[in-house]
Amino acid sequence: MTYTDYATGEPVVDTKAPKGPINERWDKRRFEAKLVNPANRRKHTVIVVGTGLAGGSAGATLAEQGYHVVQFCYQDSPRRAHSIAAQGGINAAKNYRNDGDSIHRLFYDTVKGGDFRARESNVHRLAQISVEIIDQCVAQGVPFAREYGGLLDTRSFGGVQVSRTFYARGQTGQQLLLGAYQALSRQIAAGNIEMHPRTEMLDLIVVDGRARGIVARDLVTGRIDTYFADAVVLASGGYGNVFYLSTNAMNSNATAIWRAHRRGAYFANPCFTQIHPTCIPRTGEHQSKLTLMSESLRNDGRIWVPKAKGDDRPPNEIPEDERDYYLERIYPSFGNLVPRDIASRAAKNVCDEGRGVGPGGQGVYLDFADAIERMGRGAVEAKYGNLFDMYQRITDEDPYRVPMRIYPAVHYTMGGLWVDYDLQTTIPGLFAIGEANFSDHGANRLGASALMQGLADGYFVLPATINDYLARNPHEEPVDAGHPVVREVLAETEDRLNLLLSVDGDRTPDSFHREVGELMWEFCGMARTDSGLRKALERIPQIREEFWRRVKVPGTGEEFNQSLEKANRVVDYLELAELMCLDALHRGESCGGHFREESQTPDGEAERKDEEFAYAAAWEFNGTGEAPTLHKEDLVFEYVHPTQRSYA
Amino acid sequence: MARTVWDSTLGKKTVMAVSGLIMLLYLVVHMIGNLKIFFGAGEFDHYAHWLRTVGEPFMHYEWTLWLVRIVLVAAVVAHAVSAYQLSRRDIRARPSKYVHKRPRASYATRTMRWGGVILGLFIVWHILDLTTGTVHPGFRPGHPYQNVVDTFSTWYGNVIYIVAMLALGLHVRHGFWSAAQTLGAGSRTRDRALKTVADVLALLLTAGFIAVPVGVMTGVVS
Amino acid sequence: MKLTLRVWRQKNADADGAMSTYEVDGISPDMSFLEMLDTLNEELILHGEDPVAFDHDCREGICGACSLVINGDAHGPERTTTCQLHMRSFEDGDTIDIEPWRASAFPVIKDLVVDRSAFDRIIQAGGYITAPTGAAPEAHATPVPKPDADFAFEHAECIGCGACVAACPNGAAMLFTSAKINHLNVLPQGAPERETRVLDMVAQMDEEGFGGCTLTGECATACPKGIPLMSITGMNKEWLRATRKVSKR
Repeated sequence: MTYTDYATGEPVVDTKAPKGPINERWDKRRFEAKLVNPANRRKHTVIVVGTGLAGGSAGATLAEQGYHVVQFCYQDSPRRAHSIAAQGGINAAKNYRNDGDSIHRLFYDTVKGGDFRARESNVHRLAQISVEIIDQCVAQGVPFAREYGGLLDTRSFGGVQVSRTFYARGQTGQQLLLGAYQALSRQIAAGNIEMHPRTEMLDLIVVDGRARGIVARDLVTGRIDTYFADAVVLASGGYGNVFYLSTNAMNSNATAIWRAHRRGAYFANPCFTQIHPTCIPRTGEHQSKLTLMSESLRNDGRIWVPKAKGDDRPPNEIPEDERDYYLERIYPSFGNLVPRDIASRAAKNVCDEGRGVGPGGQGVYLDFADAIERMGRGAVEAKYGNLFDMYQRITDEDPYRVPMRIYPAVHYTMGGLWVDYDLQTTIPGLFAIGEANFSDHGANRLGASALMQGLADGYFVLPATINDYLARNPHEEPVDAGHPVVREVLAETEDRLNLLLSVDGDRTPDSFHREVGELMWEFCGMARTDSGLRKALERIPQIREEFWRRVKVPGTGEEFNQSLEKANRVVDYLELAELMCLDALHRGESCGGHFREESQTPDGEAERKDEEFAYAAAWEFNGTGEAPTLHKEDLVFEYVHPTQRSYA
Repeated sequence: MARTVWDSTLGKKTVMAVSGLIMLLYLVVHMIGNLKIFFGAGEFDHYAHWLRTVGEPFMHYEWTLWLVRIVLVAAVVAHAVSAYQLSRRDIRARPSKYVHKRPRASYATRTMRWGGVILGLFIVWHILDLTTGTVHPGFRPGHPYQNVVDTFSTWYGNVIYIVAMLALGLHVRHGFWSAAQTLGAGSRTRDRALKTVADVLALLLTAGFIAVPVGVMTGVVS
Repeated sequence: MKLTLRVWRQKNADADGAMSTYEVDGISPDMSFLEMLDTLNEELILHGEDPVAFDHDCREGICGACSLVINGDAHGPERTTTCQLHMRSFEDGDTIDIEPWRASAFPVIKDLVVDRSAFDRIIQAGGYITAPTGAAPEAHATPVPKPDADFAFEHAECIGCGACVAACPNGAAMLFTSAKINHLNVLPQGAPERETRVLDMVAQMDEEGFGGCTLTGECATACPKGIPLMSITGMNKEWLRATRKVSKR
C-alpha cells in the first residue's frame, strides 16, 4: 500500500461547540464548563510549550488562576518567540471609528477571507473576544499608536473596508509579545510558573490515552528529561519552515506538533499555507530566510513588470508604455490591494512568463515614484520610512529612487493540529493554541488576525476551557519517570538522537532541509498540480532515506549542539512535508492559499468545490511513510453563506 | 533607607554627584578668591585673613572656615569612597577584555578615574604646601601672597599645579554633566545647555586657577 | 570575497577559550553576517569540525537573539543587529574578529553564545504592570497623551539583545533597565507600581552583578534600536523620586 492510498475513517465531530444562536455559544460553553475549585488549582500542573503570543498569554493567565504551570521555550528567553516579528497590527471589532464595524462584520470578514474553510463557531468567538484583547493589552501598558486626543488610533489593513486594526508602528507583534512576556515574568517571579528556557520539547507522553507530559532536551547541557502534568498545551507555532525559506524565525520548527501528531493527535488541513506577496526576494544560494515587508506598502506602491520578456534594462529606463501594471490591469476595481493569495499568484505567473525582474527573474517591482510625486517624499517617508530603511539595509538599493523588488514567500500556516471548540486535540488533555492549531483562519488568514487569534486563545479561550477538562478528569494515579510508557518514550527519543549522531555521513542537516524546502516550494507552493504533487510524494521518501544514510551531525548529545537540534527538526520536516503534499493532492479544489491549477475559473481564479470539499481534513498518523487515515469534519455554514470570491 | 541607598549603584552615584557639586561650588569660590592675587599682596592677604573672621561676631575666629573644611573633607571622602567602590564593581562586572581593542568614549570620560586619583594626590600636596606649609621650605603663616609666589617660583610647583588644573578641567567637564544625569536633571531639550555649562565651567576654572602660576612666571605677580 | 575570521572558541562555560583563525572564500557582499557564518559552519561540519555556536533566530532584527562583538563593536560597524549587518560593510581580504558579549553577568555558554537570563530576572523584579487577565477596564477609559504614548513606545522598542552591556566598559545594564522603567512609568497604567518598579528593578540589576554607569554613552551608540542615553537620566530621576517617596511612607 502506498502513501497516497489513504483510507477515509470516521468523521471527526466537534462535540464541544454548543448549539443555539452563534452569539450565545461562547457564553453557554463557559457556563456549562465545570470549574476547578480555586483551592485545588495549585495541585494541578499544566505544561505549556512555547512562549509566543498564545503560549505566553496562556501561561500567565493559567498561573494567575492558580494553576502550577511548567513552561518551555527553545529560545534563551521567553521574550524572543517569533510572534515578536509580526509587524502590521491586531484586529478588534471595537468600532471606535464608527465606520460600521461590529463583531458580526469581523466574523463575516474572517469566514469569507478564509474562503469558507473555517468553523463558524470558533470564528465568531474570536470576533467576540477581540475587543477584550485590546482592553487587556492596554491595561498591561502596550504602547499602541494614539491620536492627539490620547485615544487609540486604528488603520485599515489588508483590503478590509473598516478601520479596525490597532497597531504600534511596525512592531505590533513585538509590543503585544512583550506585554504577554511581562505578565509571564510576573508569574515566574511569584513562583507560579517554572520556566525552562533553552529547552526543546522532543516528544509527548501519552498514558492511558491522555496527555500526561513531555520529553524535552536542555539545549545547554544536552540532558533529556521528562516532565509530567495533568494537561499539556502546545503553543509552538506554525510549520512554515518546512519550506526552508520562509519568513519564520530560523529555529521555528514543527517538532512539538509533529511528535504530538505521531502520538495520535490529528493534523488538520496541513496544505493550507499562506504565501505573503510582499517579501524581499532572495539574493542567492546563501539565503537563509526571507524578510517580510508590511502589506501596507501596497496601499501606495504600484506593482509592475516589463511588458517584454527578458527586459533587463534598469527600471527607470523602461518607459511607461512598456510597463505592465498587471494587478491594476487584471483586477481593475481592487488593483494593487487584492488579497494576499491573489497578489502572490499573479506575481508568480508573470515571473513564470519570464518577465520577472532582479537576480534569477524572481521578483516584481513595487514602485513608489507616483506616490512620491503625489504625496511628496516627506509624506512617504513618514508613512513607510522604517520599511524603506529595512529594505535599503538588506538590498543596498534606495527605494526612494529605484522601485523595490518584491516576491512572495511562505509566511503563515493555517493548518495545524485539529482541535475542538475547547482547543483540545484528539488526544484528551492535549491542547493546541495559536498558529499550532488549525481552527480559525480556514484556507487563508486575513492580515492582522494572527495576533488576535494567538491572544484570544491564550488569554481567554484556553484558560476557560481547560478548567472543564481538569475538573472532569481527576488523575487517579500519578505518572513518574518509572512508568513503563515514560521509559519507552524517553528511550525512543534518546535512540533517535543517538542515531542522528552515529550516521556520520557526508551531508549537513541544512542541505537536506534546503532540498526538501525547494521541492515543497516548487510543487506544494503557490500553485499545485496533481502531477507535481505526485512527483514530490515520490521524491520525499527518497530524500528521507538519503537523510538517514548520509547526514553528518558533529559533536555529541551531551553538550550545546546546534547541528543536532537542526538535524532533529529536519527529521520531522521530512515527514510533515509528505503529509502536506498528500493533503494538497487530495483536496482537488482551489481555496484560499491552496491553489490547484486543475480547479480554476476560465479567467484563472481559484475555484472552490463546496459540494465535495466543504470540510476540514484531519489526518491520523499510521506510521512513517504509511498512508494516514483521513477524518473529515464537515463545515456547516449557518450564518455566512459561501460565495465565490471575486475581486475583478 | 540610607543603607539601601548606599548599597545601590544609583545611591553611590548620587553621593558622587552631590559631593562633586559641593566641591565644584567651593572651587568656583576658591578660584574667584585666588584672582585677588592680581591686586597686590595687601588685598590678597586681607582676603585670606577675612576668611578666618567670616561670620563674626556670631561665629568665633576660624569657626566658619573649619565648618567649610569639615564639609569639604566629608565631600572628598564620600566622593572618593563611592568612586572606589563603584570602580571595583565596574571592574568586577567586566573582568575579561575584548581581544579586539578600539578607543572608546571621549578623553574626558575615559580619564575620570585616573584624573580623580591625580586630583586626590594634588589636594594632599596642595594642603601640605599652602595651608600647613609642611612641604614648603620657608613657609610663613599669615603671608599667603608670599607663599604663593614662592611655590610658583619653583619649576615643580608649576608643573604639579598646572597638570592638576588640566586634570580638573577634564574632570569637571564630564563630571558636571554626569552629575546632572545622575540627579535626573538632564533632558533632551536641556542637554545642549548642560554640556555648554560643563564646558564653560571647566574652561573658566582651569583658566582662572592657572592664571596664578602664569602670573607669577611672567612676573605680573611677584 | 575572501576573509580571515578570528573567532572566539570556547567549548563550554567551564573551559578556557581562545581565538581561532579561519579562512572563508566565496562570500557574497549580499550575504548577511550570519549567512557568512552559516557558510563557515557548513564547511566545518563537512570537515568533521565543531561548527561555531552563535545565538540567532528571527534574522529580521527584532528578536534580539543575535549577539556578536565584531571588530570590537557590539553588532559590528553599522547601527543595527548582527543579523541585519551585511558583508558589503567589509572589504575583500579583511580580517574580522568575532567575540561574544563580555560581562560577568553574561557568562559564556559556548563559543559566541552567552547566558542573558539576568535580563529576564530584571524584568521579573518589576518590569510589568499588574493587570491579571480579565480585570482590564475598557481601553478608552484612560486616554494617554500622544507624547507620552510615543515616549513609552520609543523605550518599549528595546529588544533585550544586551549590546548595551557588551559595549559598556563597566558591563552595566542601565540602558536596558531604564528603557523598561521609562516605558512603563510614563503610562497612567504604570503609575500604581511606579516606585516599587524602579526600586526593585535597580536592586535586581545590582544583584546580577552588572556595573555602574559612568555615562560614557557606549551603550546608546551600540543600541540597534536607538534607545537614547537620556533614558538612563530618566531612570535616575525615577529612582530618586521613588527613594524620597518610599522613605516618607
